[in-house]
Amino acid sequence: MYFSPLALHIPDGFLSPWVAALGWLLAIGIVAQALKRTRRQLGERQVPMMGVLAAFIFAAQAINFPVAAGTSWHLMGGALAAMVMGPWAATLIMTAVIAVQGLLFQDGGLLVMGWNILNMGVLTAFGGYAVYRFLMRLAGAGRTARLAAAFAGAWVSVMVGAIATAIELAVSGTSPLALALPAMTAVHALIGIGEGLITMGAVAFLATSRPEVLQAGDAAPGRRGANAVLAGLGVALLVALFSPLASPHPDGLEFVAEQQGFLELGRAAPIGLLPDYTVPFIGDPVVTTMVAVAAGTLLVFGVALLVGRVAARRAGAGG
Amino acid sequence: MSFSLAAPFRDRLSVVHQLDPRAKLVTTLAFILTVSLIPEGVWGAFALLFLILTLLAGLARLGLTYALRRSFVALPFVLAAVALPFTVPGRIVFRLPFVGWGASEAGLVRFATILLRSWIAVQAAMLLNATTRFPDLLWAMHALRVPQPLVSIVAFLHRYLFLLLGEASRMLRARAARSGRLPGTPRPAVVWQGRTAGSMVGNLFLRSLERSERVYDAMLARGYDGTSRTLQWFRWRTADTLALSLVLGGLAALLMLAHLR
Repeated sequence: MYFSPLALHIPDGFLSPWVAALGWLLAIGIVAQALKRTRRQLGERQVPMMGVLAAFIFAAQAINFPVAAGTSWHLMGGALAAMVMGPWAATLIMTAVIAVQGLLFQDGGLLVMGWNILNMGVLTAFGGYAVYRFLMRLAGAGRTARLAAAFAGAWVSVMVGAIATAIELAVSGTSPLALALPAMTAVHALIGIGEGLITMGAVAFLATSRPEVLQAGDAAPGRRGANAVLAGLGVALLVALFSPLASPHPDGLEFVAEQQGFLELGRAAPIGLLPDYTVPFIGDPVVTTMVAVAAGTLLVFGVALLVGRVAARRAGAGG
Repeated sequence: MSFSLAAPFRDRLSVVHQLDPRAKLVTTLAFILTVSLIPEGVWGAFALLFLILTLLAGLARLGLTYALRRSFVALPFVLAAVALPFTVPGRIVFRLPFVGWGASEAGLVRFATILLRSWIAVQAAMLLNATTRFPDLLWAMHALRVPQPLVSIVAFLHRYLFLLLGEASRMLRARAARSGRLPGTPRPAVVWQGRTAGSMVGNLFLRSLERSERVYDAMLARGYDGTSRTLQWFRWRTADTLALSLVLGGLAALLMLAHLR
């Protein structure tokens, strides 16, 4: 039986046709860029290297380790691929993985594949890489700083994908944002820890055995492009969210509010960095989740930065 | 532990198998597009689309229930829509016992529609895979102007996937063989386990990177100059035109009827 490592592969039917079309439009533009940039980066090696490494990510998603209650943690891999190959190459690798998962194994739909590529490929690659590089610039490229940055980058990459998925479902009228956002972010805050641990382990292994691979990843093209792509996609999601045309169905918040106790389902999300993933004094669950996610991200970011800085100072003091 | 990704292709001598892969790819995409454009609650149209799929499966000699039996892979994602009956405003049809949430009629209709759409779309994609070899599908994508490097990368992924999955499964077996634990002793820490899994991933990455270098060298030795060339594998026949126009025309008619209803 084939498993899916994350609950992010959207099947056909769950997004409205217009949302799906917008996803394809964005994905085609970005993948075309990725093809051009990696061609420049790798030359003739582009096809064999990207192809074999895409098979690697697919196979690496099978490497798991058990956590409590019969569940296990897997790797998604977008952030790791970006850390070793750069975000443009990682986008191409993840696109190939998602294409085969959808075309051959029906894991993720065909009409909605544009968004699957954006959520699990582009956003994880660029989001993870941006955080990883930014933290290393602040804390230095020492071993501990690099590992902390790798954990934070991988965790953020999963969260970004989950938030984007929740927004797409909400805009399509499949699930109200007030429910999808808290549920998706709470579950993926936990899944992101697994992603972070495995990514950190892989980076630690490479830092010991083959540091030049990581240095090549640091120098890969896409550092400046990363911010532009992330900002562009963020704007696209926000526009989609607030455009009345894209959302013919009302969110149903008033209807939900009438039904006592319903919102508790979203609020009582089991695990999160902040208790219940809600902050007191703020009523709306969407705003609350946004605040909680931002706080959680800042926390992960801050701890990673602190660990990296302290390690750098120790290394300096020890001579 | 097994993750056998059995190839979904079923070799049969049938009319559907013999169609040009371009025709099959285009009709499958048009079919899934139609499924997602049928308005909510037009159950007759969904029943008709399902009937077409069943007939096609029969025509392809797969057995009428081929796709039906395998069609529950997208089911876990239903969780994403399961709240709809309770959040879409409308006439309350029933209330959940104990909690008292009311399910609205409009919400139930939308929930059932989403379920049907994804369920039928998955079956269509499965029929495509059961009747078309994956390399033929890639050739069709290339012929339909998907950029050649992208198609080649996907082809390489497919070529090396099973090899690397084999390596991953051997690593997992090696880890299991070294992970004996006496009853009563505590589990190893999660962070330590994550680190071990990460080392395995890193190791697999290095092996894959080195393999990609060897593959590239072998390609150079055979005269690779950066472009991939493919043979013209398939000839477009009258039967393909006929099948394509029949299906596309039928789908368009169905869509119009469903919207005019």
